[in-house]
Amino acid sequence: MNITRLFTTHRKLLLMGFLILLIAFVLTFPLYGGARTRVLITMLVYAILAMSWAMFSGTTGYMSLAPAAFFGTGIYTTYLLQNHLPLPIIIVAAGLISFVLAVLLGLVTLRLKGIYFTIFTFGLVVFIPNVVTYVEGEVTQHHGWYFNVLDRTIILYTMLGLAVVTVLAIYLIRRSRLGLAMQSIGGNEEAAEHMGIDTTRTKVLTFAISAIFMGAAGAVLAPSLSYSNPTIAYSAFYSFVPIVAAVFGGMGSLQGPIVGGLLFGFLEKTLKVEWNTYFMLGFGIIIVLVILFLPTGMVGLVPILRDKLGGAISKWRKGREGEQHANT
Amino acid sequence: MRILEGQGVTKYFGGLAAISNVDFHVDQGEILGLIGPNGAGKTTLFNLISAALPASSGGMRFKGQKISGLKPHRICQMGIARTFQETKVFGNMPVIQNVLVGAFFGKPTHISGAAAANEATQALEFVGLSATSAAPIKDLTLAQQKRVEVARALATKPELLLLDELMAGLTPTEVGEAMELVTRIRDKGITIIMVEHVMKAIMGISTRVMVLHHGEKIAEGTCNEISCNKTVIDIYLGEETHAAS
Amino acid sequence: MAEAERLLGLITIGILAGGVYGLLAVGLSLQIGVCRVLNITHGEFLMLGGILTFTFSQLGINPLLAPVIVGPILFGLGFLLQATLFRGVKARVPSPSAFEGNALLAAFGVMYVIQYLARIRFGTQSLPSQYLTQPVPYVGINLAVNLIVGFAIAAALGIAVYLFLTRSRVGKAIRATAEDPPTAELMGVNTNTILAVCFGLGGLLAAVAGTLVSMRTPVSTAMGFNNTVIALIVVTLGGLGSVPGSFIAGIIIGIVSMLVAGLWESVLIVPVYYAMLMVLLLVRPTGILGKK
Repeated sequence: MNITRLFTTHRKLLLMGFLILLIAFVLTFPLYGGARTRVLITMLVYAILAMSWAMFSGTTGYMSLAPAAFFGTGIYTTYLLQNHLPLPIIIVAAGLISFVLAVLLGLVTLRLKGIYFTIFTFGLVVFIPNVVTYVEGEVTQHHGWYFNVLDRTIILYTMLGLAVVTVLAIYLIRRSRLGLAMQSIGGNEEAAEHMGIDTTRTKVLTFAISAIFMGAAGAVLAPSLSYSNPTIAYSAFYSFVPIVAAVFGGMGSLQGPIVGGLLFGFLEKTLKVEWNTYFMLGFGIIIVLVILFLPTGMVGLVPILRDKLGGAISKWRKGREGEQHANT
Repeated sequence: MRILEGQGVTKYFGGLAAISNVDFHVDQGEILGLIGPNGAGKTTLFNLISAALPASSGGMRFKGQKISGLKPHRICQMGIARTFQETKVFGNMPVIQNVLVGAFFGKPTHISGAAAANEATQALEFVGLSATSAAPIKDLTLAQQKRVEVARALATKPELLLLDELMAGLTPTEVGEAMELVTRIRDKGITIIMVEHVMKAIMGISTRVMVLHHGEKIAEGTCNEISCNKTVIDIYLGEETHAAS
Repeated sequence: MAEAERLLGLITIGILAGGVYGLLAVGLSLQIGVCRVLNITHGEFLMLGGILTFTFSQLGINPLLAPVIVGPILFGLGFLLQATLFRGVKARVPSPSAFEGNALLAAFGVMYVIQYLARIRFGTQSLPSQYLTQPVPYVGINLAVNLIVGFAIAAALGIAVYLFLTRSRVGKAIRATAEDPPTAELMGVNTNTILAVCFGLGGLLAAVAGTLVSMRTPVSTAMGFNNTVIALIVVTLGGLGSVPGSFIAGIIIGIVSMLVAGLWESVLIVPVYYAMLMVLLLVRPTGILGKK
């Protein structure tokens, strides 16, 4: 069996198998992982953020810098509702609130062309935490948010569930006509409009859908934090992570951002403590290199390596056959 | 029957009138050639009809219905499709998917995936590009990309098709093929307005010709009438002959 | 009466401080409008300008002379970024419309590189870089000399850039490149060089803005990001590609920030900017003086 053939004909099966293994790994992790469960939670968060970001920005070409706004809103939602509602409902609420926020933002900015949209989403990340800080200082007199901490295993499983839902949703959207509409906007927005696509509606809708997962991820993560506040929860870092991770993994595909998010989360949690500065420096360099030389990201390396490997193996086989011929 | 009718159509860019007070009409089933020197407002008129730009004043009716103020995607779904002077293909998709976009979204009613795929295949076959169906669109020549744009527009099942310089930049052989394609589209019962600089093509296949100059309509009529019209010869055809000699 | 005087004082400080925002925004406006790069490293250039000014002042170089050294250094950095990185990105994108997005992502990487290289070298603490802090009495308040000097330098440089863009040959080539690159190329303009000059000029202006900021407040390697946000807001308010627009918007932003901080709550400065931006984009998507 040729290795290249194995990959191409059974790609879907292999992918499914890989995902099932991954899920099984995450499910059993608390049994032996102990404190490292936190790392795994972070990895899943980053994967969800990266996937949702790439679903909209990677496809349409409208670069959103807003993930932190939705993610932080998710955390804030849990803080506000934690004593009143059970977690599953809070998660749904966080998703819905993010959705509504994104629709409002989208209606204002997505009529505009790319650059203004990006600037606007950028400002949002600074706008919301400042407003929340003001409201907390003047109205509610709360300073900082304390959470009813939940068992890490529960959070891990919930986050895994959310990740699976996100993957499925994005997989289905990519294959739907909404996905085709998004892709044509990324290809040429003007032509898309003239082919009967309501581009504003498509952009607002998909931007808002991507916000659901970001908000929900924040809501699930919140009970694992003992303390947060507007500055931490809405940190611009959460807008940068999905971009860095998605570009790193490859933002054009479904699996790219997942790989990028998991990898970035793992590296960050294991290297950042000791190597913070050099870690981020390294990532900056990698981003530049990937944009220049590897537009399909890390997952784009797979087919290249596969072909190389396949080529090498068949060469080796031929060589051996040749040897055998020579021997006989 | 008049399929499209415009009255007092005007478009200002800043203080400059790109189209000024143009009355025009297109008859069902005809090929209307739109000519005029560079900057005469031909593409602007296309942009106004397809709603890429809002008109400053004036009104247009398509099959008796008012179309001013509609969004481009609505115009398309009503049955007016267009191609672009500088090709605007979906560079991130293979050829067939480019056409599929038109089949999926270009009509007012919902269409099943299988039907859309079928229509896209047919449209691509109609323009003679079945063989390149799966190729990335970037790998096609300019002439081929223009044909994909035509197929994409046809997949929306238009009644009126706006062709913006389909033949610019093509070789003489390709121009011949493109002329043949345009007549075949007309034979399907689709009305056509075409902007062209290639005089041979315009005079060869147009039912009627309209001449724009500095945003104003200066002449209109059959090919014969137009090629004898003194103003037209002076400001446009004359220029061309001088340039040619 | 005291209240009116206070108001006048705040507005004056706002105008003076706003000149620096204007200068910063002119640079970014060039990079976005001509090079089509949403340069989110702009604030990092300002940070480098401020930090280098402080470093040179430790070596005995007067901060007022620092722009002469810092400006060319950051001009060079900007020039190189455009000539290598963004030109490379442009050459590799699948379609022209994908350039803006990919350039932004590349700028993102550069932002991290500059920021963290600076951290490795200079740490994260605030550096006491203030200069010319002597007070000048003015309607009941004191204005620092650095505020007045800063405004004067920013305004002079702004006028110089305006004249350069409207009068000089290179300036005309820059505007031609911004309008229509292929035609400019046909007219004999080397657009690659022009774009690099433009980006470098943006870097230079950010560097000088950095020097001016460093005279007023302590500098640190973490100051870049907020300044990027401010610059983006000012550029959007003023309209892309308009030097006077950038300055007017910069001054408006300066006044608003002083009024909000003085009369209300400083945490609300950015939200108010943002609200202004939102209203403006709804009413006039191309900015105060932007072209249609």
